[in-house]
Amino acid sequence: MIRTPLRPLARILDARRKGENPDAIERENLRIRHEQMRDKARSRAEGRLLVMAVMFFCAFGVIGARMGTLAASEAEEPRAQATGASIIASRADIVDRQGRILATNMETFSLYAHPQQMIDPIKAARELVAIFPELDEDRLRKDFTGKRKFMWVRKKLSPEQKQRVHDIGEPGLLFGPREMRLYPNGALAAHILGGASFGREGVHSAEVIGTAGIEKFFDDALRDPAREGAPLELSLDLTIQAATERVLQGGMSLMNAKGAASVLMDVHTGEVIAIASLPDFDPNDRPRPLTQGEAADSPLFNRAVQGVYELGSTFKVFASAQALELGLVNPETVIDTSGPLKVGGFRIGEFQNKNYGPLSVSDIIVKSSNRGTGRLALAIGAQRQQEFLKGLGFFEPTPLEIVEAKGGQPLLPQRWTDLSSVTISYGHGLSSSPLHLAAGYAAIANGGYRVEPTLLRQNGPRLGSRLMSERTARQSLDMLRKVVTEGTASFGEVPGYSVGGKTGTADKPKARGGGYYDDKVINTFASVFPTHDPKYVLIVTLDEPVETSGTKPRRTAGWTAVPVAAEMIRRVAPLLGLRPEVETRHLTGIINTSN
Amino acid sequence: MRSLLYVLTFMTVIGAAFWAYHENYKTQAALGEAQAVRADLRDARARLAVLKAEWAYLNRPDRLRDLAEVNFERLGLMPFEPDQFGRVDQIAYPQPPELPITDPVEVSSAGAGEQEP
Repeated sequence: MIRTPLRPLARILDARRKGENPDAIERENLRIRHEQMRDKARSRAEGRLLVMAVMFFCAFGVIGARMGTLAASEAEEPRAQATGASIIASRADIVDRQGRILATNMETFSLYAHPQQMIDPIKAARELVAIFPELDEDRLRKDFTGKRKFMWVRKKLSPEQKQRVHDIGEPGLLFGPREMRLYPNGALAAHILGGASFGREGVHSAEVIGTAGIEKFFDDALRDPAREGAPLELSLDLTIQAATERVLQGGMSLMNAKGAASVLMDVHTGEVIAIASLPDFDPNDRPRPLTQGEAADSPLFNRAVQGVYELGSTFKVFASAQALELGLVNPETVIDTSGPLKVGGFRIGEFQNKNYGPLSVSDIIVKSSNRGTGRLALAIGAQRQQEFLKGLGFFEPTPLEIVEAKGGQPLLPQRWTDLSSVTISYGHGLSSSPLHLAAGYAAIANGGYRVEPTLLRQNGPRLGSRLMSERTARQSLDMLRKVVTEGTASFGEVPGYSVGGKTGTADKPKARGGGYYDDKVINTFASVFPTHDPKYVLIVTLDEPVETSGTKPRRTAGWTAVPVAAEMIRRVAPLLGLRPEVETRHLTGIINTSN
Repeated sequence: MRSLLYVLTFMTVIGAAFWAYHENYKTQAALGEAQAVRADLRDARARLAVLKAEWAYLNRPDRLRDLAEVNFERLGLMPFEPDQFGRVDQIAYPQPPELPITDPVEVSSAGAGEQEP
């Protein structure tokens, strides 16, 4: 680079000759050089700024473009995933205690229409009605030719129906994938499973939500993707449930009852092994609730859990157990049951106005004496009786895991007078569900511990607080056994299974108040088996049964509910793995006489 | 010396680029495979669900009971009864296996002379 000299000799000499100051020339040149340097620095800085600007522009441009593509594109799972376990979005299955399916999902299709895309709406409507007779052709034609842009035609299609709709060849009829809830066993355990239907619906998918029973109770848990499809294990056993429903159905029709319920429960864990209520329904096609009449007449009504009834003499054993527990009596204490017994102005009578005379506590249960338990209740007192029944769980709805369980609120007397105390001791004046009774009997059967019924499979005993001593429980069990061997429940004997239980026959209260019906009863048999080492309680309740094999119609539990329960135990006990204890006679003839 | 360094560096860059591309292709291939496997899994799971539902449907107690009744003459199936329980000591010991030769022929001549032919 050629530098311009600050003091060019020619100009300096020239200036000196003219008498000018040569320093001015130097300053001038220095100024020019500084200006040149400044210009150069500025242009370099401008260049750098430009480069920076371009870089920033590019960087932001790239980020912006990426954001744009991300926002505009369909969401997609990242291809490289560390875990590899894909989310299972479908509703979890429900299985029984041995893993057999009670409820599962199936893929199906829904049918919807885009009327503006239709080529021949009239023909489409006609052909659709030919496939689905329940559709209304005029209505479809009106919808297809009207202003609607979208409409659902059907929520679920079978594969055959889908093919036939396909064969119509109408481009305005479209299919959306659907997941539907399937109950492969039909009406089995219908009241427990409840049912499911669609919640929010879209074209690509629809929410499956539980509408009743355990499906609704555990709706959130079943839909939780974090389960990863782990099934909900119930305590029910499919085979035993099927056998009980079969026997109950037979018993109900033989005894001309309009309804029936049964509960089979493990006394140590509180697991409900089988619970049935008849009439029932198919949860795949859940009927609509009744809009008029009594809710109890609907097949949706769960008699075992929602139905609260006065369960009659089955309550007597609670009175005797409490009297034993308080040390007021022992099983052999004799109590005079002869009349009259007047409490609060009411006479307490016996069945068919019998008079049993002096009876031991044990015989009061065996013969089912109202006045006998009434006297026990008076000795116990209303306060203590309430506490005991509360401990057994008769004051609040059962904690069973179905939404309907909250509806089974027991009906208690508003004021617990001495009269209430006496009537409740033989099962009138307090209404509770058969499941309540099962929990109460389980407390006696398991040696005196409170146990809460559950529908979920348990791994071990779930005993609550102690309600009575082992001794009281044992004595009560012996009384229950005697009811079967020599009392009112003689039809309840099942060889090998040592059944113990108590019958209960209660008149049905009139729906609008005003006393009881003469010829409508609720018959209950509460049983425990085997009594030497109780494992299960079984409650069988028949609604308005009548046994007509004799000359007069019989309406006592010993003739109706007891034979049904005995048949049920005979069928179910082997399935439960209980070996019959056969009392074999000692072999005679071979006697060791000497060594 | 310097030019040798340049050549070596250049070769290293080429090698690294080759390796990187190679790894990239391998990763892509593995991802594709994983996706295919996942799709298979999804299909298998869906098929399994359908088969399970079908199994449950075909084994529903109502149907089995009806089938047992329809085929009673052939199968003679009855509900499980309490008297069908047995005890281990009621079962006989298995018979000792029979010897392979069931019809032995005397082949020894020992003592043959003492017998009358």
